[in-house]
Amino acid sequence: MIKKIFFQLIFFNFFFIGEVFGAESEGMPQLNPEFWVSQIFWLTLTFGILYIVLSKLILPKISNNLELRKSQIQENIEAAEKQREDSETKLREYEEIILNSKSKAKNIFKEAREKTLKDISSKREILEKQIDEEIKKAEREINDLKKKAPEKINKIAIETSSEILKTLIGTEINNSSISAIVNDLSKKNEGKYYDN
Amino acid sequence: MAANPMTQFEVYRIGPEIKVGSFDISFTNASLFMVISTIAILLIFNSGSKKNSMLPNKIQLLAELSYTFVSKMISDTAGSKAKPYFSFIFSLFMFVLFCNMFGMIPYTFTVTSHIIVTFVLAAFIFIGVTIIGFIKHGFGYLKLFVPSGVPVILLPLIVVIEIISYLSRPISLSVRLFANMMAGHTMMKVFGGFVISLGIVGGWLPLSFSVALTGLEILVAFLQAYVFAILTCIYLNDALNLHH
Repeated sequence: MIKKIFFQLIFFNFFFIGEVFGAESEGMPQLNPEFWVSQIFWLTLTFGILYIVLSKLILPKISNNLELRKSQIQENIEAAEKQREDSETKLREYEEIILNSKSKAKNIFKEAREKTLKDISSKREILEKQIDEEIKKAEREINDLKKKAPEKINKIAIETSSEILKTLIGTEINNSSISAIVNDLSKKNEGKYYDN
Repeated sequence: MAANPMTQFEVYRIGPEIKVGSFDISFTNASLFMVISTIAILLIFNSGSKKNSMLPNKIQLLAELSYTFVSKMISDTAGSKAKPYFSFIFSLFMFVLFCNMFGMIPYTFTVTSHIIVTFVLAAFIFIGVTIIGFIKHGFGYLKLFVPSGVPVILLPLIVVIEIISYLSRPISLSVRLFANMMAGHTMMKVFGGFVISLGIVGGWLPLSFSVALTGLEILVAFLQAYVFAILTCIYLNDALNLHH
């Protein structure tokens, strides 16, 4: 349907061509020489003015502007290049300094560590010596006490038993017989009390 | 009723009749649009070259782009020797372009749709190029008509053809521009006439054609100005760098 209307419209257009061109045609106005001289005159005048003004005033300015900008951009690029190089050298210097200081810091740290380690080890040796001495002393005392302990205990036992017997029986008993019993008992129970 | 599509090309007098001797140089609508084009070009390029900022504004960018466009066109086709003729080709290109473009505005007059205008331009170019050729190469410029590497038997024929083609340059150059502009504007007028005569029912189709044609004509307006300028460059190249 739409297609049909479309084609009808096209044919309709051609149908009307006669009517469109219905107005009487007088040929091309371009070939009428009435105003040729006028057109040539005005063309020469306007184009001449245009050419003179453009070539003497405007175009040199534009070309000057363009060149100025070009040279300025070139200068800026060169300056930027120079600054880039500067910054690169600065960066290299900075990296060198950083590297140097890092190694220096490492050395200082190492030295300090060694020193402290030495200090610590020497102090530790002294301390260990002292501790050893103290331990030996204590052991000696302990040994002494251990050796002396049974005798003292026996003595205390003898005295206590004689006192107990005295209060129980009322008579004094010979100390030597008691001590014989105590010694006998202590020998029998030695393992029980001093099991070290 | 639709008007004759050719009436848009009619030249009529604006203001009084001016006569110099027996010549009528009255100010006409054609003169008006020549003056308008010239003033528009001068205004645009003057404001485009006034101040030089590092970052060009729109009008300055337009002027500079046109400058580099034309200068590149010349150096590409005619080489570095054509530099002194840059201003002329630039003015020529801009003048033709602006006349074409002003003609695209409805109810205006297209200066370049008149054979006499384009022919005067082309004839000026032809005569100028020929003079330049003879100044640069003397009578050696006639070697242009004798291509190298052609058999002797064919030479008379080739020389005649070359001379004819050389002499027809102003005609082809002027008729190309004039015929393009006239044909385009006539077509637009015809389709515009169809819109009126078919009315609201059938007028849409020619209207859409008219819209499309307007776009095409704007392209043609630019293209023909470009072709006119580039052919001038090519003729100039023949005169400057004789390489036949």
